[in-house]
Amino acid sequence: MDNGSIIIKLENITKTYPMGKRELTVLKGVNININKGELVAIMGPSGSGKSTLLNLIGCLDKPTSGTYYLENKEVSRLSGSELARIRGQKIGFIFQTFNLLSRLTALANVELAMTYVGGIDRQRALEALAKVGLSDRVRHRPIELSGGEQQRVAIARAIVKNPSIFLADEPTGQLDSHSGEEVISILTSLHAEHGITLVLVTHDINIASHCQRIIQLKDGEVVTEENV
Amino acid sequence: MKKWFSLFATVWLGLSTHKLRSFLTILGVVIGVASVITLMSIGRGSTASILSNIQNMGANLISIRPGSFTFGGVRGGMSQKLTIEDSQAIAQQVSNILSVSPSYSSNLQLVAGGKNTNSQVTGTTTEYMVVNNLKVTSGAFFSEDEYQRGSKVAVLGPNVAETLFSSTDPIGQQMRMGTIIVRVIGVLESKGAMFGSPDDAIFIPLTAMQQTVAQPRTPQGGRIVSSVSLTVSDSSQTQNVIDAITSLLRTRHHLAASADNDFNIMSTEEIANMMTTTTNTLTLLLGAVAAISLLVGGIGVMNIMLVSVLERTREIGIRKALGARDRDIWSQFLIEAALLSFVGGIIGVIFGWGISALIDSLGVMSTVVTADVVILAVSVSVGIGLFFGFYPAWNASRLNPIEALRSE
Repeated sequence: MDNGSIIIKLENITKTYPMGKRELTVLKGVNININKGELVAIMGPSGSGKSTLLNLIGCLDKPTSGTYYLENKEVSRLSGSELARIRGQKIGFIFQTFNLLSRLTALANVELAMTYVGGIDRQRALEALAKVGLSDRVRHRPIELSGGEQQRVAIARAIVKNPSIFLADEPTGQLDSHSGEEVISILTSLHAEHGITLVLVTHDINIASHCQRIIQLKDGEVVTEENV
Repeated sequence: MKKWFSLFATVWLGLSTHKLRSFLTILGVVIGVASVITLMSIGRGSTASILSNIQNMGANLISIRPGSFTFGGVRGGMSQKLTIEDSQAIAQQVSNILSVSPSYSSNLQLVAGGKNTNSQVTGTTTEYMVVNNLKVTSGAFFSEDEYQRGSKVAVLGPNVAETLFSSTDPIGQQMRMGTIIVRVIGVLESKGAMFGSPDDAIFIPLTAMQQTVAQPRTPQGGRIVSSVSLTVSDSSQTQNVIDAITSLLRTRHHLAASADNDFNIMSTEEIANMMTTTTNTLTLLLGAVAAISLLVGGIGVMNIMLVSVLERTREIGIRKALGARDRDIWSQFLIEAALLSFVGGIIGVIFGWGISALIDSLGVMSTVVTADVVILAVSVSVGIGLFFGFYPAWNASRLNPIEALRSE
């Protein structure tokens, strides 16, 4: 694989949190490359550093040391507002708890993602909801939607910006198996049809098996990388 | 433009979700602004009415009273008093004077219309009417002829006429005043309520007064009066006239160069200035009291904004994950606070204005709402929103997105 198609390049990334007087090292020198259009699952036991790694990739946090290149641009030393701009333009988050604003309709939740990057475009928001099969639910509030539907709104919110990478943190963790399957099939079909890059954190080997590569983390280190 | 629109849409969303809370927050500011407007309008209103009353007293009026306004110190050597002779000397020797009128007031027993009361009676000259800008609604003021003959006639202030003769026409009625019987020949037009208003006075010729009251005399034999009032022919000469009278009276009263005046001269203008200063202080004081309630309202805004930030921690996390910069979050909450207090300010102005108008129309007090107070109150309320919203907004903008997303 040539360097041009590498979208995420993590070099010797460490992350340390102060815990009172001691320091807690969550990531101990992680090296990962992810190619454009790749579907990658990150697995590992609780406390292995999966979420921390995903937050770093999503520019919600900065590494303590090491270098992070996103689309060949170093982002590990950027300021808070530059990171915010990258989150807004290049990252599409999908959370375990959906993280929709409860007082907004599905449509308004999708439009919210455009508020901070370029401004609201209703037509695009409606198209994004159509892609996740929620055209008939645009005026519903999250409370009126099922868990699976809420997660699909969250996916629509991520795709509306047409981001460089999608980051999903246990996207099916709060869903029943049927809704979970639905969400996963939407994500895999987005990958198949639009060639999105998706990094997925999960406990579930069945979900991970949909991915092209599984990265196993343990105690803040990459233990295995296997292609499925 | 589009950006501003979406910012306001965001803010409106935040406020409209908690309508009751937003309303209660606004209420503090509403009350603060309304009380500022109302109290300031009362202050301004009393200043205006005092000024108009003073103008009613007569333009270019100068009044001289014995003694001085020095309080607190013991004053000796007060044997010299203001006399009719002083008044005559002023009329003859000081230029630019239109007319001079001495008057002597005394408390006398009155028996009239079946009522027996005590009242202040002022003995004066015909010129008094012109000097003090008095008008009669019925009858007439006493003439020069009546003054010279010492006619026992009286002119009543409207309040006195009402008290003594309630429903009957007072003109031509007899009343006993001390030891003499006088006939009412005129009733004055009302000049409005104020201290020493002629509305409450009874005027008779000084020559008639001397028939029932032994007018005190100075050791030199001068007939003592309570006050001398005069009008200046040219208002630009007021200060010169005051200076001329001062030096004339000092000479006549044999005051040493170092001694204080044993009389007090004031022009209408000076009285107006003094009153304005007093009422301005009062207005400021009222405004300050009201400003405290505005401050309390501002603290209310801050309180609510802090709660709101805490409650919307997760929302802030989501917005940050979606690309909101610190400054986007900051401006969202700051504008929310400013908008709350601005709306409160506007409603407060409407309420305050209404209350002022009500007070005015009920005739309790006269009120004046001025544009500067309105602008001040609204801008201060927005300023308070910005000031008290700053800290909560700053708190919100500094939230760590990861922790914010994890919060419930």
